[in-house]
Amino acid sequence: MPQNEYIERWQKLHGKRFDYEERKRKRIAREGHNASEKAQNLRGLRAKLYQQQRHKEKIQMKKQIKAHEERNVKSSAPTEDSSTPLPQYLLDRSNQTNAKALSSAIKNKRNEKAAKFSVPLPRVRGIAEEEMFKVVKTGKKTAKKSWKRMITKPTFVGPDFTRRPVKYERFIRPMGLRYKKANVTHPELGVTVQLPILSVKKNPQNPMYTQLGVLTKGTILEVNVSELGLVTAGGKIVWGRWAQVTNNPENDGCVNCVLLV
Amino acid sequence: MATVPPPPSKRRKLEAELRTREQNDQPPPSGNVRVRFVDRATNEQVGSTVAIPLAQATTKNLNVLLNSLKGLDDAAERVPHRFFVRRESTAGVSTQAIADGSDLHGAVENTEEEISLEYEPQAVFRVRAVSRCSASISGHGQVILAAQFSPASSSKLVTGSGDATARIWDCETGTPVSTLKGHTKFILAVSWSPDDTMIATGSDDSTVRLWDKKGKPLGNALKGHTKSVMSLSWEPYHIQEPGRPRLASSSRDATVRIWDAVSKRCDIVLSGHKDSVTCVRWGGTGVIYTASLDRTIKIWSASTGILEHTLSSHAARVNHLALSTDFALRTAFHDHTREVPATTEEKIAKAKEQFKNAATFNGEVTERLVSASDDLTMFLWEPSKSKKPLARLQGHQKPVNHVTFSPDGLYIASASFDNHVKLWSARDGKFISTLRGHVSDVYQCCFSPDSRLLVSASKDTTLKVWDVAKGTLKEDLPGHQDEVYAVDWSPDGERVGSGGKDRAVRLWRH
Repeated sequence: MPQNEYIERWQKLHGKRFDYEERKRKRIAREGHNASEKAQNLRGLRAKLYQQQRHKEKIQMKKQIKAHEERNVKSSAPTEDSSTPLPQYLLDRSNQTNAKALSSAIKNKRNEKAAKFSVPLPRVRGIAEEEMFKVVKTGKKTAKKSWKRMITKPTFVGPDFTRRPVKYERFIRPMGLRYKKANVTHPELGVTVQLPILSVKKNPQNPMYTQLGVLTKGTILEVNVSELGLVTAGGKIVWGRWAQVTNNPENDGCVNCVLLV
Repeated sequence: MATVPPPPSKRRKLEAELRTREQNDQPPPSGNVRVRFVDRATNEQVGSTVAIPLAQATTKNLNVLLNSLKGLDDAAERVPHRFFVRRESTAGVSTQAIADGSDLHGAVENTEEEISLEYEPQAVFRVRAVSRCSASISGHGQVILAAQFSPASSSKLVTGSGDATARIWDCETGTPVSTLKGHTKFILAVSWSPDDTMIATGSDDSTVRLWDKKGKPLGNALKGHTKSVMSLSWEPYHIQEPGRPRLASSSRDATVRIWDAVSKRCDIVLSGHKDSVTCVRWGGTGVIYTASLDRTIKIWSASTGILEHTLSSHAARVNHLALSTDFALRTAFHDHTREVPATTEEKIAKAKEQFKNAATFNGEVTERLVSASDDLTMFLWEPSKSKKPLARLQGHQKPVNHVTFSPDGLYIASASFDNHVKLWSARDGKFISTLRGHVSDVYQCCFSPDSRLLVSASKDTTLKVWDVAKGTLKEDLPGHQDEVYAVDWSPDGERVGSGGKDRAVRLWRH
């Protein structure tokens, strides 16, 4: 038995105090008063820490209440939406996924020719090379020549990439800033799915950044949508589809995209 | 290190290749083989044992021989057959099919023994595989949920849609004939009566409506169900009281109602199921088969409405039923010759004869039933004989949505949500082949009237035509913009009609 479970051990040996339940009830009953007193009287750092903790507790509480409320709702509405017609063999089946709706929405959109070349983020902020690259000056030779660069932005590196010999490696893409997956949102349905990135199609900043796989805001990616089960008109499964990065991945630590439809 | 000889020169390689080719080219087989022809359905021998030179034992020649043994010497009367070599070993009896157009000597091991050749007749007419979209007709304002061709010809198709209307289409010209308005919610089932005079539609507004074949409403809605109508089935023509056809409708309110189509009254209510009834089939021997979400199949007497049997072997909801006589019941007195008998008596006699032909098995008239379920299996039943299933058809990996018998009653095709269509022998329920090709759920499948082809409709927006004997893809028919919900092959084999989520009716033909 671990050393610190002495209370449990004691209780197993001797049982609980006779007034254990009452004390517990009273402590719980006092909790609100204690919290209120602390919130009113604590000062300085302790007040700040206390507020932070309380804030988190309240979030949890609200979530719980919401969950309870949703559970208690009694709906008399029929189980499936009767406004969407379905053949009789698909009625009473609940596994209709969003992915299908997604597919048809994409097809409808494709028919609108004008939408073909427009992207959600048409303009991006320019990023200078000074911001993008850090000059690597470690080692005697490298410091003298200083042609080695470290990329300071998140990147996508393909699965089959092998580093060149260190002596010839001009660009270093740090492991910590590499991303394999992106959170892809379908603009019309508001469905967000995490999907593997296949490649970087275009970085609007500079063609070289496209080659290096730099992920900045406005970059066009190809993502693997095979899980969604989209199908072409010819009945083949759609594999890759393009998406545009909508956030600054270097600030957020994740890649959020919007699917181009 | 071993010394590697240099690679042979090109001249040498060509010479060696030529030599192997000459050696592989075997001379035509010599000798005779003694063959006994056995009817596959009845196990009876036809004629006496015949000695055939192996060099000439092609299926074509075998066919001519068999026809002459049966006494059909005239070329116009000959019936095509499919042949199977029977092998008897310690493990049991197995049969191997001989593909059409191939030779017997590939399937024969030694010429010493006598060979049993089983044969089964094929349709005398041949349906050509549909290969192109002859028309894409828009008109429906919502998705198409059901489609059926008229039993008389391929020129009329009726479709039921989510916009609460059914429409009749002229397939010769690809134009709409009429719009059947009256329902208030989407139409789940359409059914053409076997004598080609009436159309019944069942809707989500829990009514059934009847229309004549021009699309004019016949009376008011048949009210009685309290929830949506899932499936419709007409009384077979040969057991109808003349001039008083009846119709069975199954509903989500767990009942089946039998309607008199003339007086528009509810004859009998069959209640006993505990959940919605997904499928109803009116058998040619005067019984009604129903399948339900409550995992049972019930068999009712059509005249009295008494529950005769409950078949409960399935472990999950039963999705679909098919009868071995479905095609004969649907077409009644119509056939590939397109000659309609003049009088009612002749019509009934012809319908009865067609039913008998379809239902005769080993010399007796029995209907067979196959049921598809969510428990990934199907059961083959012979309800007139036993409450126990004949066979359990296992192999699908997701719920089986649709089953169908081939019109000649030799095959069963099953469409499942695991992207595959499987073919089974209708005699004993043995697995024959898997038709792979769809990349998403397969919703429905339909045999061509000559049973040589199968068309399947899928969620992946395509139809695919399969060769049943070979088990291969014959035609891929892309064209629909979205899921295909309903497909039907016209009873004369000319056209395939399909409809789905893209709201367009498509007609396919050779």
